[in-house]
Formats: sequence, C-alpha cells, structure tokens
Amino acid sequence: DCIMDESWELTLTLFKAWFSAVVTVIMLPAMFGVSLGITEGYMKILWATLRIQREHKKQEALNTSLANGIIQRGDGSMEQEIGELRRCRPKSLAGGEFTLSDIFYFSRKGIESIVEDEVTQRFTSEELASWNLLTRTNNNFHYISLRLTVMWALGVVIRYCILLPLRITLAAIGLTWLVIGTTLVGLLPNSRVKNWLSELVHLMCYRICARGLSATIHYHNKENKPKKGGICVANHTSPIDVVILANDGCYAMVGQVHGGLMGVIQRSMVRSCPHVWFERSEMKDRHLVTKRLTDHVADKTKLPILIFPEGTCINNTSVMMFKKGSFEIGGTIYPVAIKYDPQFGDAFWNSAKYNMVSYLLRMMTSWAIVCNVWYLPPMKRQEGEDAVHFANRVKSAIARQGGLVDLSWDGGLKRAKVKDTYKEQQQKKYSSMLVGEDSSD
Amino acid sequence: MGSRASTLLREEEIEEIKKETGFSHSQITRLYSRFTSLDKGENGTLSREDFQRIPELAINPLGDRIINAFFPEGEDQVNFRGFMRTLAHFRPIEDNEKNKDPSGTEPLNSRNNKLLFAFRLYDLDRDDKISRDELLQVLRMMVGVNISDEQLGSIADRTIQEADQNGDNSISFSEFIKVLEKVDVEQKMSIRFLH
Repeated sequence: DCIMDESWELTLTLFKAWFSAVVTVIMLPAMFGVSLGITEGYMKILWATLRIQREHKKQEALNTSLANGIIQRGDGSMEQEIGELRRCRPKSLAGGEFTLSDIFYFSRKGIESIVEDEVTQRFTSEELASWNLLTRTNNNFHYISLRLTVMWALGVVIRYCILLPLRITLAAIGLTWLVIGTTLVGLLPNSRVKNWLSELVHLMCYRICARGLSATIHYHNKENKPKKGGICVANHTSPIDVVILANDGCYAMVGQVHGGLMGVIQRSMVRSCPHVWFERSEMKDRHLVTKRLTDHVADKTKLPILIFPEGTCINNTSVMMFKKGSFEIGGTIYPVAIKYDPQFGDAFWNSAKYNMVSYLLRMMTSWAIVCNVWYLPPMKRQEGEDAVHFANRVKSAIARQGGLVDLSWDGGLKRAKVKDTYKEQQQKKYSSMLVGEDSSD
Repeated sequence: MGSRASTLLREEEIEEIKKETGFSHSQITRLYSRFTSLDKGENGTLSREDFQRIPELAINPLGDRIINAFFPEGEDQVNFRGFMRTLAHFRPIEDNEKNKDPSGTEPLNSRNNKLLFAFRLYDLDRDDKISRDELLQVLRMMVGVNISDEQLGSIADRTIQEADQNGDNSISFSEFIKVLEKVDVEQKMSIRFLH
C-alpha cells in the first residue's frame, strides 16, 4: 500500500519532469521563431524510413496507373462528335438533322462520367501511389509482408502513445495562451505597442499550434506577402490552413461566430485586434457582409483579411469555383497557393465523414504535415472586368502555381445538387444542331 | 493489412467478372474502387441517387435514361456484377483479341450489344419497339424547351419513316440496326480503359 503510493509518486514526478522538459524545449523556441532542429531531425528520419520501406517493398503496377486515371476521356466537342456520327448517314432527307445515332454521344459521355468524373473525386482524400504506413490510407494495399506489418505496428505505438499526447499538450498550451494573451493585450489602450504585442501573441500561439501538428512549412516568394488593407485569398483544404498561413504573418480572420470553445477563442482574439466575425443571420445578407469587409479593407491600419473563396474544403488536388463575393470588395488581392504533401499525413477535412474532433485527432496522429506556401504577386480588378472574370483569373493563377487542376465546378456540389442551368445549356446546344439557329418558340 | 471495406472483392469473383465482361484484373479492382466510392450507403449496391450525385451525369440530358440502363426491370439497386456488366458494353472491340470466349457466347461489347444498349435508351417501356411516342419523349429530353412540339413531331415522323420497313409505324431492333449499318459503332460506343 505504502509502496504503491511511493512508486506512483515517483512515476508522476518523472513523468512531469520529462514532459515539462520536452515541452519547454519544443515550445519556447517555437514561440520565438527559433528552430532547434528537432522537427527537421524528425523529418529526416521520416524521409529515410520511407525510402527504406519503398526499396524493400514490391511495387505493383497499380502505383503508376493511379496517376493516370481509369479511362482516357474523349475530348471532342458535342458538335464534333455528333457531326462525325451524322456523316455516316445517307443524305436523303431535306431539313432536320436528327439521326438515331446522336444518342451515342450522350450515352458515351454519361458512361465516362460514371467511371470517372472531375468533381466527386475532389471531396475524398487523394489516393497515394505507395503506402505511408498509416492504416487510414490503406485502401488498395493488402497484406504485403511481415516486415511491413511490424513497422506499421511500431508506427501505431509511436504515433498514438508518444506523438499524440505531446501534440495535444502543445495544442492545449497554444490555445490557452492565445486566449489569455489576447485578453491581456486587449486591456491595453489602442496604440502602436498594443498592435505590436497583439501580433506577437498571435504569432507565438500559431507557432506552438504548428509544432503541435509537426508542421513543416516552406514559404516561397515572401516579397509578395499580403500587406495591410489588402485581401488574402487562398485555396481551402482544411481548417489547418489558417494555422499554416498565420505562422508567417498576421491576418484578420473572417468567419461565422461559433459557440463553445471556438466562440471563446473568437471573442478573445477580437479584443486584441479587429477580426471580422459574422452572426449566422448576418451571413445570409450579402450586402451586409460586403459592407463590413469593404469597411475593414478601407482602413489601411487594419490587418489584411484572410478569405477562402471556395467556401468549403477541397482535397488539394484541384481548385474549385471561387465565389465572387470577395472579389467585389475592391482593394488589392494577394493570392496564396497552399499545397500539402500527402506523404506524411492527409490534411484534407472530409466533413461528411469526420467531425472536427475526429479530424483533429487524425491530424495529430499523422506522421507530419508538410506543405508549401507560395505568395503570388498582388492582383487588382482591371477596368471593365467583372467580378466573376476576376475571380477566375485569380483562381487560375493559384492553380498554376500550386500544380492543381483548375475547375469551374462549384465546391458546393459536395452537398448540393447541380443547377439545372447547365443541363439547359447542353439542351440548347443540341437543339441548335437539330434545327439550326432559327428554331421556333 | 486487409482492406477496411466490409465487402471485399474476392479473387473468385474477380475471375468470374473477368470471364463475363473481359475486363482485366487491374481494371476490375479499380472499377471496384470507383463503385465503392459512389456507394454512399456502404451496403454493396448503388441506388439511382448514388448515380445522380455525379454532377457531370446530372447535367447530361439523357442522364436518367443512362442511369436506368444499369437497373434491371423493376429493381432499385444494382450490385457490382450488374455495374460491370453494363460498363462492359463500352469496352473497345479490339480488346477482345486476348480473351476469346471458347463457349461462343457473344461478348457484351460486340457491335450488336452496343447497338442494343443504344436501342434500349430509346425503348422506354422495354417492349422491343421504339414507338413514335417514345421517340418524342427521348427527343424532348435531349432538346429541353428549345423546340416546339410540332417541329419535334415532324422530326420524329421523318425518323420513323426513314427507318420503318414493315409499316408498323415503330422501329424494331433489326430496323434500328439497318439504319445505323454505316455508323462506326465500335469507335463511338467505346471507351478507352487504361490498364
């Protein structure tokens, strides 16, 4: 009984000592932006193990074909394809161009989209060419060898028993410090010092949180970093995007007011510097939203606002339609491209499958989050250019830089049905092939 | 590590599908991957809603007819076998050289079967005849609101006149084949599946 107490106390003390030592070694440098090389060392080990694993593993032919897709799609237009079909027809009847074979075009297009389409694949995690020892990515890879199983089991122990508690502690500390720090700074009167302190507090907390995810971020073209009074737009893959970007600069966040923990964080953040939080009811009023954002942007002393125009998380293989709202505000747009490396952890938040808590758990039990951030040169709306065109221009620039597929499909298709207007467009096009431009009614 | 899918594709099943459809082993596993990703209910079958969730298919004017082709008469669910059987119609005919079926049954992707697939898109009530009404309905799906009833009617009349040989004012399958005998069905109703 007595011995139990003693050994329990001893374990507790050792545990506390170890924990505080490790956390201090990781946390303090993070807060001041200094690197002790721990994360870099960890990453080197990861890369090395991956290489060893690949050399010894049988590579199936499946790996290369995954990059190509299941089918090679026909790329002819409607006019081209149906035109070719009709050429085989005996030219006997005057007027009216319909042939029974017209249907071939639609049926082939339809079956092609059933086998492989551009949209639905964007809402699930990207398939990997070779397994990275995380159970969750093992879709096409079945039992391969004992060696691999052992490595995988070892990986589970390391990830769940060592990395996870460490990361949770760091995240907890980071968020607590964010709330306390911003509230304290909020007590100060408005001044240059307050702004400087606010930026410092924010940066430190985001750096701690980034450590809490073992995030390795490479920033490119820092000369294009967003400036005050501007609007920063980026492609959206996960809530972590905010942490990734805020590690290198200070932004005014834009979003909906939440309850619970999120709400506490939001309320304290806004005490130290202006962020733009909307009530749920306000979000529906587009004019109100635009006005508040315009007012914020017009004040050149305020931090650049951070917006994700896709409106939802996409799996980082493509950029989907940018909603034009952010591009109607005016001001300078600073586009940013974020590309995650899926090798060590999948950052995509599939909100249909996982809620926020399970998502964060998955993040913290991955090997690491590796990503590249490119700051693109600022863009402005040109004379006579409408918001939609401008939005597409920015979207293309981001897609090109990040090596992502540029799609015009709406990310909202994740949950909503596609609008009938697209089908009507197709019908109109086909009709003009039937009776020419002067169709009646 | 085994796959987490509750309905794992067994080797015997893959072999059976290979024999029946002519797809290769790797094509079958990849198409199975696609099948499971469409199967939101995770019960091993697809419903019509699962298909309609594909935006490119939803905006296809004949989307509903194509979806219907997967479902046998009166059924609302299609399993992986049925899925593959329908897709097999679109395999290119050249691919057949490697696995000639010794039993002599016509492969699913023969010219005849491709034409049958297209025929069934028109034949709404599955009575092996395309009536004027059915042709009108399908035409209406393809053109939307852009063409008047009268014009559409005359197009339908012309088409039936051209094809109908036995005077019953509808198009049978053999009449259908005759009208399209010069069309390159093999190329137009085939999809290049990568290995």
